Amino acid sequence: MVPPVHFTERVTMTDSTDAGPVLAADGTPLKKKLAQALFVSRARAFGLVLPLLAFILVSFIIPILSLMVQGVKNDTYSANMPASTEIMKGWDGISEPTEKMFAALVLDLIKAREEKSIGRVATRVNREVSGTRSMFTKAARKAGKLEAPFMAAMLNIDEDWGNIEVWGAMKVSSQTYSAAFYAAAVDADYNADGSFERLDEKDRIYVYLFIKTLLVSLAVTLACLALGYPVAWLLASLPMRTSNLLMILVLLPFWTSLLVRTTAWIAMLQSHGVLNNVFVWLGITTDETRFSLIYNMTGTIIAMTHILLPFMILPLYSVMKGISPAYLRAAKSLGATNWTAFWRVYFPATIPGIGAGGLLVFILAIGYYITPALVGGQDGQLISNFIAYHMQKSLNWSLAAALGGILLVIVLAIYWLYDKVVGIDNMKMG
Amino acid sequence: MKLKNILIGATALVAVSAAAASAGSITVVSWGGAYTKSQVEAYHKPWIAATGNQIVSEDYSGGLAEVKAQVEAGNVSWDLIDVELSDAVRGCDEGLFEEIDPSILPDGADGSSAADDFLSGGINDCAIANIVWSTIFAYDSSVTSGVDSIDDLFNLEDFPGKRGLRKSAKANLEMALMADGVPAAEVYAMLETDEGVDRAFAKLDTIKDSVVWWESGAQPPQLLADGEVIMTTAYNGRIFNAAVAEGMPFEVVWDGQIMDFDLWAVPMGAPNKDLAMDFIAFSTDTQRLADQASWISYGPARKSSGALVGLYSDGVTEMAPHMPTAGPNLANALVNDFEYWADNSDELNERFNAWLAK
Repeated sequence: MVPPVHFTERVTMTDSTDAGPVLAADGTPLKKKLAQALFVSRARAFGLVLPLLAFILVSFIIPILSLMVQGVKNDTYSANMPASTEIMKGWDGISEPTEKMFAALVLDLIKAREEKSIGRVATRVNREVSGTRSMFTKAARKAGKLEAPFMAAMLNIDEDWGNIEVWGAMKVSSQTYSAAFYAAAVDADYNADGSFERLDEKDRIYVYLFIKTLLVSLAVTLACLALGYPVAWLLASLPMRTSNLLMILVLLPFWTSLLVRTTAWIAMLQSHGVLNNVFVWLGITTDETRFSLIYNMTGTIIAMTHILLPFMILPLYSVMKGISPAYLRAAKSLGATNWTAFWRVYFPATIPGIGAGGLLVFILAIGYYITPALVGGQDGQLISNFIAYHMQKSLNWSLAAALGGILLVIVLAIYWLYDKVVGIDNMKMG
Repeated sequence: MKLKNILIGATALVAVSAAAASAGSITVVSWGGAYTKSQVEAYHKPWIAATGNQIVSEDYSGGLAEVKAQVEAGNVSWDLIDVELSDAVRGCDEGLFEEIDPSILPDGADGSSAADDFLSGGINDCAIANIVWSTIFAYDSSVTSGVDSIDDLFNLEDFPGKRGLRKSAKANLEMALMADGVPAAEVYAMLETDEGVDRAFAKLDTIKDSVVWWESGAQPPQLLADGEVIMTTAYNGRIFNAAVAEGMPFEVVWDGQIMDFDLWAVPMGAPNKDLAMDFIAFSTDTQRLADQASWISYGPARKSSGALVGLYSDGVTEMAPHMPTAGPNLANALVNDFEYWADNSDELNERFNAWLAK
């Protein structure tokens, strides 16, 4: 038995010797010394992640921000046609253009011709109203020789210069910051008077494509889940030796180039491909009525499901691996049927894996580009193919940026929704 | 006397070293496949032999996107690029191409000035034409027969089966109208009106479900060879190459062909601009253009080259009947209206895409 008095004595003793702050070996207060050491180790840790941070900032954050900006900012017109930009700020977009506006336009045309920027300006306005490109380049060629009154002179070159629509297009183009591209990205027209208007039925495309992209991604996610769940279960429950072999079969395609896998599907699915030849041989179909399995939506979904399957299987597998078989045995010993044991005990435990795999596959599928481009044909194209189209073919980078911005917002919204409904902490990647 | 010799010697030395210093390298970008090969044989090799410079040959699949990206980033690595006419005009307007002084072009072999010798539209502010090519349609004669007019491309009743079409509004709208009975001369006037465009799309609607869309020039002969389609639009040289060089049973239908130029253009700020200009002048002279025609069936852009076009490189095939510009082939031919497409390609491609996606 230790007498209580001894304990009290010791405490008193400590108090009496260290009346001031606790000191380290070199005499500085321990608190300060600790803070210093902590700071050094933090700085070292920060130094280690700094390259990554800088990399993300330069290669990810800044490009995305500049993309968002490009979707609303386009100064092609305002930078090259200052006089008409200025005068059009005071124009309501409805009334007839005045002589003053024509004079400013002629001044700008002469300048733009000299600086060889007229083509860029014309292309910008042509995006609003088709056919205006040649009006601009032609008028610019003659602008130097025009004399007042300019309205009559310009109408003499092309009577369309009196058309309010053309001036409306110029006013919209002259706004350095405008909603024109985001409006175009949701199938609407942005008018000079600030109003929006839906496009004609035959010209609408992007809203349809956004919805289609979401539905295709959902279909691919569900297909991956349906195919991947049993495989992951098999991998997790078989003996190590067999499951390792099976795991290689899952990983091998995962390590194979995406292009190779997509091209392999072309060879498999095309109308004279392996699958169709087998069908004809089996008598399921005839030579004339071969199935169209590729260059359409079917091909896109099949190829995307195959390519994204490992992203579903791997998180599922790692979660299932962690579920003790004892749970199922316990459930059964308590009288549960196979189905009840699976549905009430095993399945709920795999939800974090389903969440992780589903989110991975869904978000990857939304931005999928190469596979639909190669095997999508005409109706298997997704929104990213049109972003690429505007980057590469039509050179309308602002519209591409607006489409990309909307896609980013959709992905973030889905992520937020997932966090609200399932909870992001409830996700297990591996 | 001795001093004079020394001076001459020194001058010669300077001249030699100057020549050595000028030996450089240019990057020439073209469309790949049989077409690039014809340029390498007819232009690149003789130019390398004559000047001692080197050529790096690269491929692209058309359009201005890459040029625009290079020029806007101020990091131009291409010196010379082979472009379509509408892209040449648009690129020039947008300041993506250097202006070319037409006085560098040599006179024709028959003595006519370059301005007279080139086909009309061949000499532009920023681009010089080298060939006339054509969008035609072709079929596999071992599978189909009796195809002889543009109507047949849209005739699913008599010729059931898939068709290959280029995935863009250009050429398809024109062919649709011609198949719908519009004479070649009125096609673009018709397309200027909304009704004309609607009519073209309505005609395309009739075969939409039977179309396989292609994007690069190498695809159509492949689609035909694989049996994916029974007929397809294509660039005439590609079909010629498959038929003559590779012995495929492909036949070209010239009815309703759409002719276009391919031109050389120099990207703004090209690193070896002067050499590129020299190459343009060299490669577009009478003999070189005629030589190219013996490697691929594209017509030379100079009138004076026509007389020099002879046999294909296999030594037996007469080239003249395979040229887009050959008399009988011109019976119902359309010349691509670059102004129309520079003005309307944005809107029409948007509508085409919307039409396609639904």
